[in-house]
Amino acid sequence: MSILVNKNSKVLVQGFTGTEGSFHATQMIEYGTNIVGGVTPGKGGSTHLDKPVFNTVADCVKATGADISIIFVPPAFAADAIMEATDAGIHLVVCITEGIPVQDMVKVKNYLQGRNTRLIGPNCPGVITANECKVGIMPGFVFKPGRIGIVSKSGTLTYEAADQVAKAGLGISTAVGIGGDPIIGTTTKDAIELFMNDIDTDAIVMIGEIGGSMEAEAANWIKETGNKKPVVGFIAGQTAPPGRRMGHAGAIVGGADDTALAKMKIMRECGIHVVSSPADIGKKMAEVVPPTPKGEN
Amino acid sequence: MNLHEYQAKELLKKYNVSVQEGFACSTVHEAEDAYRQIKTQFGSGFAVVKAQIHAGGRGKGTVKETGINGVKVGKNLDEVVDIAKKLLGGTLVTLQTGPAGRVVHKILVAQDMYYDGPSERKEFYLSVLLDRSKGQNVIIYSTEGGVNIEEVAQHTPDKIFKEWVHPSGGLLGFQARKIAFNLGLSGDAFKNAVKFVTNLYNAYVGLDCSMLEINPLFKAADNRIVAVDCKMNLDDNALMRHPDLNSMRDVTEEDPTEVEAGKYNLNFVKLDGNVGCMVNGAGLAMATMDMIKLSGGEPANFLDVGGSANAQTVEAGFKIILKDPAVKAILINIFGGIVRCDRVAQGVIDAYKKLGNISIPIIVRLQGTNAEEAKKLIDESGLKVQSAILLSEAAELVKRAVA
Repeated sequence: MSILVNKNSKVLVQGFTGTEGSFHATQMIEYGTNIVGGVTPGKGGSTHLDKPVFNTVADCVKATGADISIIFVPPAFAADAIMEATDAGIHLVVCITEGIPVQDMVKVKNYLQGRNTRLIGPNCPGVITANECKVGIMPGFVFKPGRIGIVSKSGTLTYEAADQVAKAGLGISTAVGIGGDPIIGTTTKDAIELFMNDIDTDAIVMIGEIGGSMEAEAANWIKETGNKKPVVGFIAGQTAPPGRRMGHAGAIVGGADDTALAKMKIMRECGIHVVSSPADIGKKMAEVVPPTPKGEN
Repeated sequence: MNLHEYQAKELLKKYNVSVQEGFACSTVHEAEDAYRQIKTQFGSGFAVVKAQIHAGGRGKGTVKETGINGVKVGKNLDEVVDIAKKLLGGTLVTLQTGPAGRVVHKILVAQDMYYDGPSERKEFYLSVLLDRSKGQNVIIYSTEGGVNIEEVAQHTPDKIFKEWVHPSGGLLGFQARKIAFNLGLSGDAFKNAVKFVTNLYNAYVGLDCSMLEINPLFKAADNRIVAVDCKMNLDDNALMRHPDLNSMRDVTEEDPTEVEAGKYNLNFVKLDGNVGCMVNGAGLAMATMDMIKLSGGEPANFLDVGGSANAQTVEAGFKIILKDPAVKAILINIFGGIVRCDRVAQGVIDAYKKLGNISIPIIVRLQGTNAEEAKKLIDESGLKVQSAILLSEAAELVKRAVA
């Protein structure tokens, strides 16, 4: 049944009437995502893209039964938007916004504790279940349906991986872009765990980058739980110098443990099929994926 | 964004954090005035002169031209003037600057804190930063100050303490007391340290710092607790709510090419290799650099053109990369999702024609929406540009270009 989003998902858009929100809402509707409405404070009662606009997330949930929110709110107000969606009982919040101050995310992380809301991102491309539901800004056509799950810190590298998987004759169940910020809602390990428990996913592509310890944590978890499904891994930033931030706020080598080479070593030791070149992700997946049982796609 | 020591101290004072007082000076004349003021204000004939650059290790570093250390005590006016002359305009090389060093535009003439008094002087270490895995701020401190904290952590990890701060309550009273007790303080020094730590944490949060390091944190002979040095790093994403701090940016400390790239909204980091690259997305950009290395080249830069790869951004990217004479080839790697590849291809062709005299091989790899049309556009443009669709093909072309 894939993970996180599917054809039954009811999605609302926060920051619906803004430039980014409008553009990507249109794209999502074209993909087939069930966008049930949007929220722009002060514009409640109007209609945008033939969908109702509400002043608050709570109003939107009450009227439409939305269970997923995607956020295009500017960075200064995005943390507040995440917490508003959480308070309204949204179970999955996908925050696309880039550039949220890290102390705001410290607050958000604390706010989410003990609540039933999962956050994806911020600063991420979103989540897509191939041919069913896109809650994000990724080019939908790249994600051919199939049985490979992708979890990645990077946007375009996710598309690259999905494209290589397709060219290797395979396809995608769900792809999750978790974002490249220092504090994010769903970690690599969280996403891997969902894929390991998903009957529609046979193997996983895990793409990380320098900085932090999420990949090592995920790798250790995979090993501890018995390597239930093959995982192909890639870590971007083998050539990145220490102390320099490479685009993403979180992509910076601080100590010896968060270099690409250190992460790749741990991943290999935990039984992950690590490729050194980003050009080999699809090829490697074709080698390690178990044959699909007859009668399934 | 990094700040200078003198700027950081000015900001800390606003939060009632006690600091070693001093005056930032750009000329020898200003240094003279500063010395006189310090002498009247604090009654000591000694003053510490500190070069202001965005790099650590100043005390052990030396100025190339004059051989003087980056931090020096002057015992009278003549000595201070002499030190100021040798520091200002000189190139200070420290372990952190690399061999090129940094030009000293400003010096801080500061009070001498190592005066005599009833109690023992001591140097501690204290910093506040984000613990990514916990999603909380953490105060790291040690009784071993004034030295390289990484070495302390490596050789005597039991001398490093950590105190995590829960975001809902902020730094609590008992935590500040615990820190002061663990530093072995009592009496007035203890009280002063509790105040210091509390105010420092407020400054860290209030200023949206991403790192705040006090090394040494100093107990003077009269039991005052002061920041003798301070490294402050601000969260770039939070500068929108601190317009006053934005003006503290010192672009002379940054790579001029990187500053220029910023004007075009390009995210650029200069490296020392021979193959330039231009990519959309930070992760793919790093991955492309890795692929260049695996193909036998060395990446000359990191360059993320972001979501809008058009003729203007590609042209700006070309110009910036071509400034580096070491670059022997350029790889453009764009995964066109929402942005169409044929548009990007046209942008590359336009930029190439506009710049005219590009003499090194250009490899363009466009994948995604309309990739085939894009390849055709490039192949039929008559330009000396090689095209690829698959990443593995691009890797092969890079291999040939650097062979």
